[in-house]
Amino acid sequence: MVEFALGHAWLVPLLPAMAFAIIVFLTRPLPKLSSSISVLAMASSFVLAAAIAYGVFTNPHFIEEPLVYSLRWFGMEEFTVKVGVMLDPTSAMMLFMVSLVATLIQIYSTGYMEGDPQYSVFFSYMSLFAASMLGLVISSNLLQMFVMWELVGLCSYLLIGFYTFKISAREAAKKAFMTTRIGDFGMLLGLLFLQILFGTLDLTELAQRVPNYEQLGISIGLLTLIAILVFIGPIGKSGQFPLHVWLPDAMEGPTPVSALIHAATMVVAGVYLVGRTLFLFAEVPGAMEVVAFTGAFTALFAATIAITQREIKRILAYSTVSQLGYMMLALGVGSLSASMFHLWTHAFFKALMFLAAGSVLHALHDKADVWKMGGLIKKMPITGWTFVIGGLAIAGIPPFAGFWSKDEILAVTLQYANHGHGFGYVLFFMAAFTAFLTAFYMWRMIFLAFFGQEKPENHPHESPLNMTFPLMVLAGFATVGGLVGTPWANLWGEWIHFGQPHHGEPAYGLMLLSVVIAVAGIGLAYMLYLKDEEKQRAKQLAEKYQAIYNLSYNKYYIDELYQWFTRKVVDAGAKVLYWFDIYFVDGVVNGLAKFTRVSGQGFRYFQTGKMQTYALFFFLGLLVITVVLAFGDSTSAGIMGGVKS
Amino acid sequence: MGTGLNPSYFIGLSAALFAIGAFGAISKKNAIAVLISIELMLSAVNINLVAINKFLTPEAFIGQIFAIFVITVAAAEVGLGLAIVIAIFRNRHSVNLDDFDLMKW
Repeated sequence: MVEFALGHAWLVPLLPAMAFAIIVFLTRPLPKLSSSISVLAMASSFVLAAAIAYGVFTNPHFIEEPLVYSLRWFGMEEFTVKVGVMLDPTSAMMLFMVSLVATLIQIYSTGYMEGDPQYSVFFSYMSLFAASMLGLVISSNLLQMFVMWELVGLCSYLLIGFYTFKISAREAAKKAFMTTRIGDFGMLLGLLFLQILFGTLDLTELAQRVPNYEQLGISIGLLTLIAILVFIGPIGKSGQFPLHVWLPDAMEGPTPVSALIHAATMVVAGVYLVGRTLFLFAEVPGAMEVVAFTGAFTALFAATIAITQREIKRILAYSTVSQLGYMMLALGVGSLSASMFHLWTHAFFKALMFLAAGSVLHALHDKADVWKMGGLIKKMPITGWTFVIGGLAIAGIPPFAGFWSKDEILAVTLQYANHGHGFGYVLFFMAAFTAFLTAFYMWRMIFLAFFGQEKPENHPHESPLNMTFPLMVLAGFATVGGLVGTPWANLWGEWIHFGQPHHGEPAYGLMLLSVVIAVAGIGLAYMLYLKDEEKQRAKQLAEKYQAIYNLSYNKYYIDELYQWFTRKVVDAGAKVLYWFDIYFVDGVVNGLAKFTRVSGQGFRYFQTGKMQTYALFFFLGLLVITVVLAFGDSTSAGIMGGVKS
Repeated sequence: MGTGLNPSYFIGLSAALFAIGAFGAISKKNAIAVLISIELMLSAVNINLVAINKFLTPEAFIGQIFAIFVITVAAAEVGLGLAIVIAIFRNRHSVNLDDFDLMKW
């Protein structure tokens, strides 16, 4: 089984892709069959992925010696592009996580999407989404990765805009597509540079060639530029500042889509890509600093927005942006294992919380404002308690999964600072403060929605088993999923690393600090939103610091800023270009046509219809030729037909 | 060839005939006159052919044979041309070429 799985890893993305094709072409009119095919394909992928993970884990293939199967895709003379499968601990872990989360989300969707007229279509898109993400994960080559990357973008577009009758959904889909496209453009430029300068996009070959960039006559400045260009792609895809604006809007899609986008597919693609190309970033400290700062800033920035949002999914969305910032920060300080560890734990608790939020919305008929919920835990115990587990995990309470990964990120950031990067302390402080805010806003939401007084106008009910079952599984992973990477037995760090595995002594002080931070955040949320039942204190605070509150509630007006920018600057630029296009580009073409027409109109008067006029021209021509031949020099005679005396 | 004749007389005659014919073909209003002018030009060519044959290759008859061909073709052509002129005359009651601008823009 394991041998088969290792040799047939390409089946992992292919199975859901086949499910997509089967649903689209054959079983679309049969919703139940479609969803069964989709879930079955996904579950088979998961089984394969689990076997692959086991295989890679037992016969250690490290990042330096991955298992690669590749074949020639296309090429011209010396330029060849290969397509292939690359298995190493990172991709094996990702395959396992993505296929597991996707399977659970699809099971959940069978309940959540029940009765939707587009039920089959939804499952086909979800299958394709998972397939493209899995394809991205196993890519051995950056071009192949880019193709999958765009497919992921396409699927997110289709799914965010799934409710095509909603204008907001269509707008959100467009926004997601265009914002990430800005990133993709930068990334494509970066990839082109890599191909031109290093002659390959194959990950293993690049990893060998990039460290010798000086011998290839490439300056460090150019390499930094390339790294930053490549990084622009992940900025867009992983919702980093300033291209984060699409991610909170992406919740316009059905909730399982949000869960899939925010946990396992779209947004982690960016983190994964940076992880995959870390050999490039590692060569240029400048680019690493950019990554680290972008990550830390995004984490803090999104957290400050999340503390005042009212819609349950919007809070979760900003928390995703924030957590992705953590992952980028970890990459920026050079720790692949910490980043991937957080990606792993985050996938479980974020998928859990999104699905639980979906369950709540399902029960409350899409009422999303947390202030209008309350006491839900009594009516929906499974949803409520699994959500609480997710909240504990993201807040960083041991032994839940998020604690270990967040602690490791804090640890590596501190270590980075201690190694002479003075601003590393700034990064550390930002990360620690973000942790506090995270605990606060998460528990604000939990206290408001699940505890406190029940609202009499709500009549919630617990969701069916096919929706609660994935919640329970994910809650299990959110609880124990972090134990693979404790500081005492850091299997994770042994397995997934870049360069030498990281062997740090357990930093008890730091662990204590992060627990204190988390408890303080939860405590503050408790004081403000639960203890004071009427929630007066929170209101008073909001009124007292109206300006700050508004700034945060309105997401720092970034959207408005973009709005203004596109309305004024882009539109003005477009007007100039439009003018240029109409009057210059079109002018040249139309001018040529006009010239032809006018000259034709002039010449047609030579056509008198009288034979004698034509004969006259004929004789005149003859006369000219005769004169030239008789008296002209040899060149003109040559032109006239090569007659030479 | 003891005579004082030399080719330039023939060529001069031919050129003059040709020029007269060309002038007539272009300037005459009457279609019949134009056909006659064309005959003049053809005659000019025939004179050239025969004369040059006489001076260059007196033993062969290439020019003369060509001239016979030209006369034959010209006869046929004029027959055709006259037929067209007559057809037009029947339709329009005119042989004035200025009236025949059917192919005008």
